[in-house]
Amino acid sequence: MGIESSRILRNSPFVKPIDAILNWCREYSCWPYAFGTACCAIEFMAVAASHYDISRFGAEVIRFSPRQADLLVVSGTISEKMAPILKKIYDQICEPKWVMAHGACTCSGGIYDNYCTVQGIDTIIPVDVYVPGCPPTPEAFLDGLIKIQKIIEGESIRDPKYCGE
Amino acid sequence: MADLVAQTLLEKFPEAVSLAPDFRDEEAVCVTRESIIQVLRFLYSNPDTEYTLLEDICGADYPGREDRFEVVYQLYSLKTGGHVRLKVGLQEEDPTLPTAIGIYKAADWFEREAFDQYGIRFEGHPNLRRVLNHEDFVGHPLRKDYPIKKRQKLTRPTNLGWEEGQSRGNGDGSEQTGEEPEWMTLNIGPAHPTMHGTLRILARLEGETILKAEPEIGYLHRGFEKTSEALTYQQVIPLTDRLNYCSAMMNNVGYCRAVEKLLGIEVSKRVQYIRVIVSELSRIIDHLVCIAANLVDIGALTPYWYCFRERENVYELLEALCGSRLTTSYTRIGGLSHDLPDGWVDKCREYIRDRIPRAIEETETLITKNRIFVDRTSGVGAISADEALNWGFTGPCLRASGVPFDVRKANPYYDYDKFDFDIPVGSNGDTYDRYLVRMEEMRQSLRIIEQALDGLPEGPISVEDRRVSLPEKDAVYTKFGPLVQHTKLIVDGIVPPEGEVYSVTEAANGVLGFYIVSDGTKRPYRIKVRPPCFAIFQALPQLVEGSMIADLIAIVGSLNIIAGELDR
Repeated sequence: MGIESSRILRNSPFVKPIDAILNWCREYSCWPYAFGTACCAIEFMAVAASHYDISRFGAEVIRFSPRQADLLVVSGTISEKMAPILKKIYDQICEPKWVMAHGACTCSGGIYDNYCTVQGIDTIIPVDVYVPGCPPTPEAFLDGLIKIQKIIEGESIRDPKYCGE
Repeated sequence: MADLVAQTLLEKFPEAVSLAPDFRDEEAVCVTRESIIQVLRFLYSNPDTEYTLLEDICGADYPGREDRFEVVYQLYSLKTGGHVRLKVGLQEEDPTLPTAIGIYKAADWFEREAFDQYGIRFEGHPNLRRVLNHEDFVGHPLRKDYPIKKRQKLTRPTNLGWEEGQSRGNGDGSEQTGEEPEWMTLNIGPAHPTMHGTLRILARLEGETILKAEPEIGYLHRGFEKTSEALTYQQVIPLTDRLNYCSAMMNNVGYCRAVEKLLGIEVSKRVQYIRVIVSELSRIIDHLVCIAANLVDIGALTPYWYCFRERENVYELLEALCGSRLTTSYTRIGGLSHDLPDGWVDKCREYIRDRIPRAIEETETLITKNRIFVDRTSGVGAISADEALNWGFTGPCLRASGVPFDVRKANPYYDYDKFDFDIPVGSNGDTYDRYLVRMEEMRQSLRIIEQALDGLPEGPISVEDRRVSLPEKDAVYTKFGPLVQHTKLIVDGIVPPEGEVYSVTEAANGVLGFYIVSDGTKRPYRIKVRPPCFAIFQALPQLVEGSMIADLIAIVGSLNIIAGELDR
């Protein structure tokens, strides 16, 4: 947003209210990037569809361009062949960004432990919230989203990731 | 009819052909590698047989044998309705044989897969490179001496060599000389909304017209076949859910049916009917997803909401049945995990009478005569019947081209011959026809479910066979025999006799085949899945050549490529 880079604001006494406003905005307007590869992506589609309706949580603007998203939702098994692409997509998303590992495969490799599967995406990129399940129910996904919102709520423009210090 | 083929081959090629061990009445012959092409050509063109559909080519590894590797061809004749399996033994030092692309275009990717997984070289193949594993991969993972957990990291995205105008993966080795029209290369996917997150297409464009396209797959390769070799037969069932995750039930049914064939057991009528009901429900939701996703891709978002609303209803039914929405694992070898819950039949009836038809009608009203949709799909990505068959198309994509082939009619299983239903066929084989065929198939599936619910017989949901079914819990606690049987089944698992079977079912995307080799132990020696969309997707370059990028989006969506079964 650019506000974070202002040293004056960071050191001002108004940090708390600024944080509150910024976080409130970010929390309820997550733009997810759907990095869906497998079964979990179908459940992600269900979350986005009419019944579970992700827009109740302000996250219905699903983007397929990393430049327009701030929440990376990784749904589905990541193979060794896919790993460099995931890394590239993550690097392309601008700060501030959050990552949700959606499903057992992204959390830990799930039931696949063999020559071609990555054992958890946290070996490639940092992860904020893990949503277990194979696949997780839509309710579990929404729970994960709420957890992301809680993380955002606790952030401050004084955090190292914003100051670049 | 069945025996005729093997006999004919023996008479025609006495030196090259020998009979494979007889097992479960399947036709299988061993062929020498020198004559395999001759034999294939004979089977393809002989008017008595006409084995026009190459369903599968796969490799197998037998380290102890003189001929370490084996290449297995599965052929099907639409004329006689019979399968035949050709097996070619290859020595470890020189695992090469001629390519079958000249006869069956379908051989293309199947041969590449055998090369990738086993290192079998097909001479004359125009583009023999890895298809599922990444290009830096060393070794061949499905060989028995490759450790299952030996991972190989890839540090950069796969480079197909196209970007630099190199010849690899391109065929003609062309570079821009200045005389030809100018072209540019466009990379689409895998991180692209239409590519389902896992497909990648490189397109060479002149303006917006596609001169040439090449798909790259394997981004969701997760080692189903290698993993299943380390599991027991029962443990493989959850893995089959994740092949075509849009219709997991049908994979469960297909796999269990294959293992039951291996064991030589027949499940009870009740089990058969329940399997039919859940399969057809899955077919409906699979088609709903395909149509919804296809429409979203080409810009029609509204039907997506309608389709997914009804899909949720079907999920409710499946959840009541097995506790899970997507990954069902409902079938067991020899039966089902449990019977239908109370009130399920009535609920199912309500859904198929009111709710699902409503979703179909609504989509129909919104889309079928929609001018924009018709203009964007009619005549786009058309393929003729012969070509489609030659590429190994099955399922709705083949039927859209006008071939009325459906395993449920051609080789009926589970009383499908007793149900009254029609096989919808298209006439142009284009994207619009594929959409229409899917719409109609959903209606036919509703008819089948209705009849199956009406005729649902009473009976056990597991076979009375000591080899597969657990005894009653009461008996285990009180009697010695059942206790031993229980312990043996839990410790040893299901142990089928030595042999090999190939069993097909009609899944949502087409012919889903399971080729299972048993060595008489509790773990399968080799499981090969014949995924329907693997054969379909390899024809993409032909389908999109000369069309626009926007057409490519519509075409890929209409093929219903499910990465789980494509890459396994």
